[in-house]
Amino acid sequence: MKFTWFHLMPWPNLPDDFRSSNRSVWVDIPSSLYDPEQGHHLYHEYLDQLEYADALGFDAIAVNEHHQNGYGLMPSPNLIAAALTRRTSRAAIGVIGNSLALYNPPIRVAEEFAMLDVMSGGRLMAGFPVGTPMDTNFCYGQIPALTRDKYLEAHDLVIRAWRETEPFAFDGKYNQLRWVNCWPKPIQQPHPPIFIPGGGSVETWDFCVENDYNYSYLSFTGYLRGKALLDGYWERVAKAGKDESPYRGAFAQVVCVADTDEEAERLYRPHVDYFFNRCLHVHTGFADPPGYRTVATIKTGALNQYKPLTPDALGELPWGQLIDEGNIIAGSPATVRERMEDLIRNLHVGHVFLLFQVGNMPGELVRHSSKLFAEQVMPHLRSMWPDWSDDQRWFPQPMSDRRELEKQPSQAMVA
Amino acid sequence: MSMQQRTVTTKRGCEVAYLEAGSGQPLLFLHGAGGLFPQNPFLETLAGRYRVIAPWWPGYGESRGEELLEDMLDFALHGWDVVDALGLERPHLMGHSMGGMIAAEMAVTAPHDLDRLVLVCPAGLWLDEHPIPDIFSLMPYELPALLTHDPAVAMRLLAGAAELDFNNMEVLKQFLVVNARQLGTAGKILFPIPNRRLSKRLYRLAAPTQVLWGESDRLIVPAYAARWQAMVPHASVQRFADCGHLVPYEQPEAFVAAVTDFLG
Repeated sequence: MKFTWFHLMPWPNLPDDFRSSNRSVWVDIPSSLYDPEQGHHLYHEYLDQLEYADALGFDAIAVNEHHQNGYGLMPSPNLIAAALTRRTSRAAIGVIGNSLALYNPPIRVAEEFAMLDVMSGGRLMAGFPVGTPMDTNFCYGQIPALTRDKYLEAHDLVIRAWRETEPFAFDGKYNQLRWVNCWPKPIQQPHPPIFIPGGGSVETWDFCVENDYNYSYLSFTGYLRGKALLDGYWERVAKAGKDESPYRGAFAQVVCVADTDEEAERLYRPHVDYFFNRCLHVHTGFADPPGYRTVATIKTGALNQYKPLTPDALGELPWGQLIDEGNIIAGSPATVRERMEDLIRNLHVGHVFLLFQVGNMPGELVRHSSKLFAEQVMPHLRSMWPDWSDDQRWFPQPMSDRRELEKQPSQAMVA
Repeated sequence: MSMQQRTVTTKRGCEVAYLEAGSGQPLLFLHGAGGLFPQNPFLETLAGRYRVIAPWWPGYGESRGEELLEDMLDFALHGWDVVDALGLERPHLMGHSMGGMIAAEMAVTAPHDLDRLVLVCPAGLWLDEHPIPDIFSLMPYELPALLTHDPAVAMRLLAGAAELDFNNMEVLKQFLVVNARQLGTAGKILFPIPNRRLSKRLYRLAAPTQVLWGESDRLIVPAYAARWQAMVPHASVQRFADCGHLVPYEQPEAFVAAVTDFLG
């Protein structure tokens, strides 16, 4: 099993009346709710948390891209990943990922990911989401019905830019470049392992299967609801005659660990409530612009799964129900271990992206929960896929002789 | 005179369903982003005087081939492809909302291939001081107030399309498919801002032009009528009191009277 410590970087100061006073945490959230000086402290607190996860022994630390979003403060995850290359040395660094259709020209992604792979010594996990409608269409103005087409073209350009050893001309529908010549090139050849975060489009499943990319289902509504979608993906894998390596799949899950089940509720409940009630408060009109999902995807029929969990419903859910329905995995190390085993087996995933920082959870609780998981849960789950223990296709292979970063003398010493 | 539904295939390969009735000078009616509403008595009335042809855009109704249309030029040429496929000689072009945007684009593309141009609260221009509501993020219940002077009129028109019971999964799925096709197609020329730089090309517009607007249009507000007048000085602009964006549906008699007065 591979364990990725995943950060969304939420804004923790949304007011108590946020839901009643604002229609959406995303796209048209009032910028007056953001305070740059608090933001300064927050970025560094969140970077500290990611670095702590590296020290705890998580296999990877990961970040993602959102725009105009009150629960995701990383319009450019590459900046955060670049900072992480300097103060971490062991864990893989996941950027899950860059929305390819939003980069003009998308060769920028080939270049920046190559830089990150080189800076980190080959530790990059490269994510290529098609992108949410909120980010892609409403914030960045891409035409819904053409988004996937543009994404696929950008993908072809990036992969070719990494693979080709000579400059080439690219005559695309959305990108015309006379001289494509990615410089620098990534350490991992021909390219870093690729993760495609998705929300259940059949086209994305097939795209992952055809290209042997990891399909990462990143909903935050829990594994019981996620099962139908991952089942759909595994069916496509089987149909294509591909092997069933669990590392082809990843799943994101909110996890809260405490000494006892009761303690978990006491410590984490307010922050889980903040996450579901404020962070996931997205205006329905931004969630599914006509043309974004294909007719084929709409017709697959799993409409219940596509329906967002309404924040209203969640607000009324008691803690026990959040746990029973798998929205969160929370409790003592033994409880969390049992639920995680259930998740990993049922979804058949070799990668889990774990959200320990939830909503407005303060740093000391994040560290407490992460440490309990790393020490008392993770070791027991390590060998859940013994048949695939040698399968390294979906994990970075860093260079062995990586540079030790120089320790600078403190200013006092220099003086 | 009742409208007959027929189908024609364009040279590009789009299969186009259209309504037709009447004889005389051809009058092509191009519907807006919401589609061609089933209650359209104005078409029959006009068919008493002209050969009225009302095609569905690809992506709407039984018209297919929307994947072949990607940008504004594709839509304008598709309009002319329909004219060619039906063998129409110098038709009058009449477009409503998005259809008006495309009709104007057709008219600047081939200024001498049409007779007269009627633009009914057309999209296609943008004024920063009057941003057009984002129809792609609207909730269905927000639509009626934007579409007609009396929202109840729009409510009846929208409900007329289907009995919408969203608790029925099959109905929901069907609605999502229709919506995805229709507005997904419209988004190629309307998203995120319904402005494909038509204003740069309007100097080419040679045909006698009529611009019609509802005084209560809350989707594309009447300030845009003044903008069209400024951009197309030879246009005659007429406004309708107590009328919203769906002029032909909301005030069919006044609409037909104005149009026939202009077309002759």
